[in-house]
Amino acid sequence: MSSSRKIRVLIAKPGLDGHDRGAKVVARALRDAGMEVIYTGLRQTPEMIVRAAIDESVDVIGLSILSGAHMALFPRIMELLRKEGADDILVIGGGIIPEDDVPELKKAGIAEIFGPGTPLNEIVEYIKKNVKV
Amino acid sequence: MDGVLAGRRRHLAKLIALIENEDPAAAEALSLLYRHTGRAHIVGITGPPGSGKSTIVTRMTSEYRKRGRTVGIVAVDPSSPFTGGALLGDRIRMQEHSLDDGVFVRSMGTRGHLGGIARATSDVVRAIDASGKDIIIVETVGAGQSEVEIIDIAHTVVVTDVPGSGDDIQAIKAGIMEIADIFVVNKKDLPGADKKAAEINTMLDLDQNMGQWRPPVLLTNGRTGEGIPELVDKIDEHMVYLRESGALEEKGLQRSRDELHQIMEYRLTQELLSRLQGRPEYEEAIRKIAKRDDDPYTVAQRLIAEFLAGFSRQV
Amino acid sequence: MSKKEDLAAALRQWEDGPVAKTISRFPERMKEFTTHSGIPVKRLYTPLDVADLNYSESLGFPGAYPFTRGVQPTMYRGRFWTMRQYSGFATAEETNRRFKFLLEQGQTGLSVAFDLPTQIGYDSDHPMAQGEVGKVGVAIDSLADMEVLFDSIPLDKVSTSMTINAPAAVLLAMYIAVAEKQGVPMERLRGTIQNDILKEYVARGTYIFPPKQSMRLITDIFKFCSENMPLWNTISISGYHIREAGSTAVQEVAFTLANGIAYVQAAIDAGLDVDRFASRLSFFFGSHSNFFEEIAKFRAARRLWARIMRERFGAKDDKSCRMRFHTQTAGCTLTAQQPENNVVRVTLQALQAVLGGTQSLHTNSRDEALSLPTEESVQIALRTQQIIAYETGVADTVDPLAGSYFVESLTNEIERRAMDYITKIDELGGAPTAIEKGFIQREITESAYDHQRKVDSQERIVVGVNKFTVKEKQSFDYMRVDPEAEKRQVERVRRLRSNRDQAVVDSALEALREAAKTDANLVPLILDAVRAYATLGEICGVLRDVFGEYRAPDVL
Repeated sequence: MSSSRKIRVLIAKPGLDGHDRGAKVVARALRDAGMEVIYTGLRQTPEMIVRAAIDESVDVIGLSILSGAHMALFPRIMELLRKEGADDILVIGGGIIPEDDVPELKKAGIAEIFGPGTPLNEIVEYIKKNVKV
Repeated sequence: MDGVLAGRRRHLAKLIALIENEDPAAAEALSLLYRHTGRAHIVGITGPPGSGKSTIVTRMTSEYRKRGRTVGIVAVDPSSPFTGGALLGDRIRMQEHSLDDGVFVRSMGTRGHLGGIARATSDVVRAIDASGKDIIIVETVGAGQSEVEIIDIAHTVVVTDVPGSGDDIQAIKAGIMEIADIFVVNKKDLPGADKKAAEINTMLDLDQNMGQWRPPVLLTNGRTGEGIPELVDKIDEHMVYLRESGALEEKGLQRSRDELHQIMEYRLTQELLSRLQGRPEYEEAIRKIAKRDDDPYTVAQRLIAEFLAGFSRQV
Repeated sequence: MSKKEDLAAALRQWEDGPVAKTISRFPERMKEFTTHSGIPVKRLYTPLDVADLNYSESLGFPGAYPFTRGVQPTMYRGRFWTMRQYSGFATAEETNRRFKFLLEQGQTGLSVAFDLPTQIGYDSDHPMAQGEVGKVGVAIDSLADMEVLFDSIPLDKVSTSMTINAPAAVLLAMYIAVAEKQGVPMERLRGTIQNDILKEYVARGTYIFPPKQSMRLITDIFKFCSENMPLWNTISISGYHIREAGSTAVQEVAFTLANGIAYVQAAIDAGLDVDRFASRLSFFFGSHSNFFEEIAKFRAARRLWARIMRERFGAKDDKSCRMRFHTQTAGCTLTAQQPENNVVRVTLQALQAVLGGTQSLHTNSRDEALSLPTEESVQIALRTQQIIAYETGVADTVDPLAGSYFVESLTNEIERRAMDYITKIDELGGAPTAIEKGFIQREITESAYDHQRKVDSQERIVVGVNKFTVKEKQSFDYMRVDPEAEKRQVERVRRLRSNRDQAVVDSALEALREAAKTDANLVPLILDAVRAYATLGEICGVLRDVFGEYRAPDVL
């Protein structure tokens, strides 16, 4: 990777969930791994997330949610990305997402879910491996 | 390219990505788009961290939108000199514009470049200009003494400060005072706002080298929006001044000259180095210099002469 | 030589002799031992470490200033702490059933969890509520739902804690209205509303209105309750969420008390005499992993708050200086891996809270790293408290760890470091300004990042996660909120809107709108609106219009 090529990541908090510890910690880890990280802040609608992802030409969207509303919100985000022709963006998720929901989320297009206890550099390595540079 | 000219966000965003990644396709695209640039009013905003730049930018954007103008925003944040990564934290403060089709926001890391902006910022601004935005606001890192590169890009430079920041000495230091076309003292509800504005005015009174435009000192409250319409008015006034005084044209000539020089310098160096790099004679010359068997001044002279001779032989 | 010097010399001899010899044969597990806050933990504590401790000044007696040893003379000998399990999910019927189950199982107080739309002032059919209704708590859209929530629960016999912040006045009004219908006057109601907006801005995120207007609502509540509800806790100044967001124990104390200072100041600025409202302030802390640090933290917090109230605010009544608090075992320490281990963690954390003198306690359930608790899991959590209370004897004497050289040293150190932070925050202009500048948020996130890096590097061990891991079996039967619950609730609120006397609702909302523009106390007007079956979303909508919404500076 040339020194001018940076991996750009959007970290987003969809829905009403206000717990941002994980999102902020992951954002820092990605920065320390040399990536450019844009954190959307709280209370993002799917439309806002997709708009930010496109305008900022991110390589990755990281969705963080702990409120249990992921089954309603994640697929909608994927749908909007497809509509905008931006579904080549790698989308990963984390937070409180039961194992049982993961297959359906993956079917909707989420590449991977990182549950509680995931070491930070597992996420970093996954991104480095799966982003086409 | 048609996508960009038509103002389509995805195309613009993709082009910006190519520019940032120094993709050769970007240079091609920019040269095609060049004649469509030069329309937008480019406003730079710089000032110390904590002076509320992002809030002011958001408010300005609302005001411009109210007046029916479209806005592009480039927000620059520092990249870590160690890891190269960056937390780009300005977009988050511009939530209310997130779904407005007349606003485009792009976050950039400085990627090692000093001067307050990124090396690619100028080209990124150009791309946004070509996409038809009326106003392009560039929010820079800063501001220390060295974060002044914004003057090369912006028509109007707004310098922000806050009361009680205690950096009166800083303001006197070369750079910041001289680049401002407009001063903004934000958080005017805090004690010391008027005093700070007065200090700046005193400094301006002492300035021997001022031209026809005396930078106004405005008081704003980014949180409530007070003073923002006046700021936007003053920015518009500044553009009128630039046009009527001929400064715009003059600056444009200087900028084109500088940019041509920069590009030629860069490409010449690249061309020269590409012929030299990896060649054993070149490496040997460098080793000799290190051993003090030769000196870099003589070697440079020789290599350039050879290069030019070879060039003229081709011609 | 004095006794002190004798001891010091003997200690040195012991370190240079037997200790050095032992270490040369096998070194200690780590070069340095510290608590989670970074306070160094020595090998041994002796009378030398507490030589300057003045009993009456620093410790005193339980129930007397500075309350280090407890807020009540007999503490648990008189009455155990309230066993109060936070619960709520889906709609009011399901939650009412869970309340009854918990009360039958021996819980001694209610604690209501509301869903996110309710906490953020949206009705269940609001577009932002999609997918969120009933997920993290019960959906309450109107007084009608509240009536179902407390069906067959006598409000003169139970105390209820409601975790509600931005719309606290509305839920309080609903509670009052339900009690009215039961024939219970508001002056007999016992309970708490969390009502702590500053920590929302910093760590929890369920804010609605900007700071000034939020403080106005809070002081309106203080005033209203000081005149009408002598048994009601008007605020639960919370450190739990700050800790959950990643802060250290010292920061938890510092930032919580700094917020407390801001609330007291706001109330004084609004014209209230400190001794008129301060005794009804309460607090809420977490109970985290480091056993002795947590116990010392509770004692330090009590003493520091007492001193702040007396020395800074000149409170004359001792009750104004008395810090009563609720504790919850730390959710962020629960693991999704080997969930049964969480029962052990919660047991230790509950014990810490008891040894620290908490007034009420919520113990987490083993499955809460991934879900809301099943009935079975929450029963175990409740039994944990009951076993501590009835079988261990730790509740038979007050503040049993007092006098421990280690615990008193730690208590002093935590108080000192917390006070340093509070001074720093004062220099920045107080908690609200520090929050605006992002200072508190950054400190919390730095601690959170630091913790995660230490876990990733194994400097800090989490059993089952970075050590002693197993191949997890996916067997756990997690609780799932019925997906139909959202549909039901949406229908219900729509039906309510069409079946009520719209004219009364409209005039109540209009009156509220006008009053919100002045500085009239809004609580009585909210009560009127609630009684007319205006919905939570409608009432908060009016306030959103007049107050505006908070724009987070959100510092990454």
